[in-house]
Amino acid sequence: MSAVYRRRRIVNGFNLFMSLCAMAFGMAFLLWILWELFAQGVAALSPTLFTETTPPPGSAGGLANAIYGSVVIVGVATLVSTPIGVLAGIYLAEYGKKGRIAVMTRFINDILLSAPSIVIGLFVYTVYVAQVGHFSGWAGSAALALIAIPVVVRTTENMLRLVPASLREAAVALGAPMWKVILRVTLRAVRGGVITGVLLAVARISGETAPLLFTALNNQFWSADMNAPTANLPVVIFQFAMSPFDDWKTLAWAAALLITLTVLIINILARTVFRQAVTR
Amino acid sequence: MDFEAVAVRPEVASGERAAAPKIACRKLDFFYGKFQGLKNINLDIAERQVTAFIGPSGCGKSTLLRTLNRMYSLYPGQRATGEILFNGENILDSGVDLNMLRAKIGMVFQKPTPFPMSIYDNIAFGVSLYENLSQRDMDERVEWALTKAAMWNEAKDKLRQSGMALSGGQQQRLCIARAVAVKPEVLLLDEPTSALDPISTAKIEELMTELKTDYTIAIVTHNMQQAARVSDFTAYMYLGELIEFGQTDTIFLRPKRKETEDYITGRFG
Repeated sequence: MSAVYRRRRIVNGFNLFMSLCAMAFGMAFLLWILWELFAQGVAALSPTLFTETTPPPGSAGGLANAIYGSVVIVGVATLVSTPIGVLAGIYLAEYGKKGRIAVMTRFINDILLSAPSIVIGLFVYTVYVAQVGHFSGWAGSAALALIAIPVVVRTTENMLRLVPASLREAAVALGAPMWKVILRVTLRAVRGGVITGVLLAVARISGETAPLLFTALNNQFWSADMNAPTANLPVVIFQFAMSPFDDWKTLAWAAALLITLTVLIINILARTVFRQAVTR
Repeated sequence: MDFEAVAVRPEVASGERAAAPKIACRKLDFFYGKFQGLKNINLDIAERQVTAFIGPSGCGKSTLLRTLNRMYSLYPGQRATGEILFNGENILDSGVDLNMLRAKIGMVFQKPTPFPMSIYDNIAFGVSLYENLSQRDMDERVEWALTKAAMWNEAKDKLRQSGMALSGGQQQRLCIARAVAVKPEVLLLDEPTSALDPISTAKIEELMTELKTDYTIAIVTHNMQQAARVSDFTAYMYLGELIEFGQTDTIFLRPKRKETEDYITGRFG
């Protein structure tokens, strides 16, 4: 074995070891978080979580109003942000391309993508909540939609850019107008990827707390009125976990576990069921 | 190097020749930004004949093909000047309806490009753009097109399956069927067999001979034997210029230009 080769093996071994350590360090914290979450959360799970509303301190209760509120707030935000995000993504990838408007839109979208969510919350608070004079579920949905839109725009554009030019040209060569090429061929070719993008946006917004503190706030009681303050899991966690009451803390852990499991399921769905459609 | 086009119009034995060419290029220049990809191309593509474009990589033969259906217009920065007369009308004019033009001048690409849909829908897609057929007529059209492309026997039992699940050769014949199905007047084939095995290649070559009874065909190929086998006319291009153009037999057996002969005999390229 030559000296050069031996040296190369040693350097290789050292680098491999260092990167394994880095990975172990990162994974350890992730596993610790999950461990803590399951240890505290699983004990708190019970069927009454889904049937009873958040209790006053000292009495038993569940999370039914918060679960319902979260589902509706996130659902509305998704319904609003998906068409806007997908259409904007189509514009950037298929029409705007390297044009001035597209470049600017892309730049602003990237800023929004990394904007602190509390700023988004503050914005909706100022332009909507403060104007109408009360917190509401609608305001919560608006804030979450603003967070989701850039994510959907980004993934839609990236996915459409993966479509080989040859596929687009093949459709154009048949005399298809642009909108039909996009709708029936290119978007279709990457629909799995676009759906994945939407699901990841849903996962992202379902755990957002800061924007909801400014907008939906919370509600101790069952309320289906989106125009009133609406209970939701993240804010319940925020308020209950910091309280001195043990049964509230337990409910906070249960809520945390519920959100995490939901996000986990969404991620798994995104990566398995809808993945296969991202072909060529 | 400075070449001049030897023949604008292929010389044909008198009487054999159809009156007007299907497509005529006049003083055609093409630019990719500042780079000139085609230089003063003058050439006629005869109706219901196969015209082959040969030449080394980068000589402009694919570029020329892509001007004929204005595919280049998809890309800003690419432009053509001069005239391309299709049925006597200049398709480089700004007012030309590109979708209608491309419906009349079909194209098949080097790599098979099935759409992400069923075999049936791959073919129905193009047809339904310009024709409103009943379900029954559409079924017939799909069968007709697949038969034309020598695909019917292989595809008839799996029309509802994805076109992307077919083999490469089958995908390419599906693409040809798709192009034929809209009943264009001209078919442009851009190295249609370069990604295929010899058997699929042979099938597609047979197909060309059969299709030329109804269609005008222009084919770009890297394979000189293929050009010799399937074409009636051959154009040899080099560095964006048309070096020699004439009947295939003449080009391959008695080329007038030394450059053509060198390329064909393999001394160059």
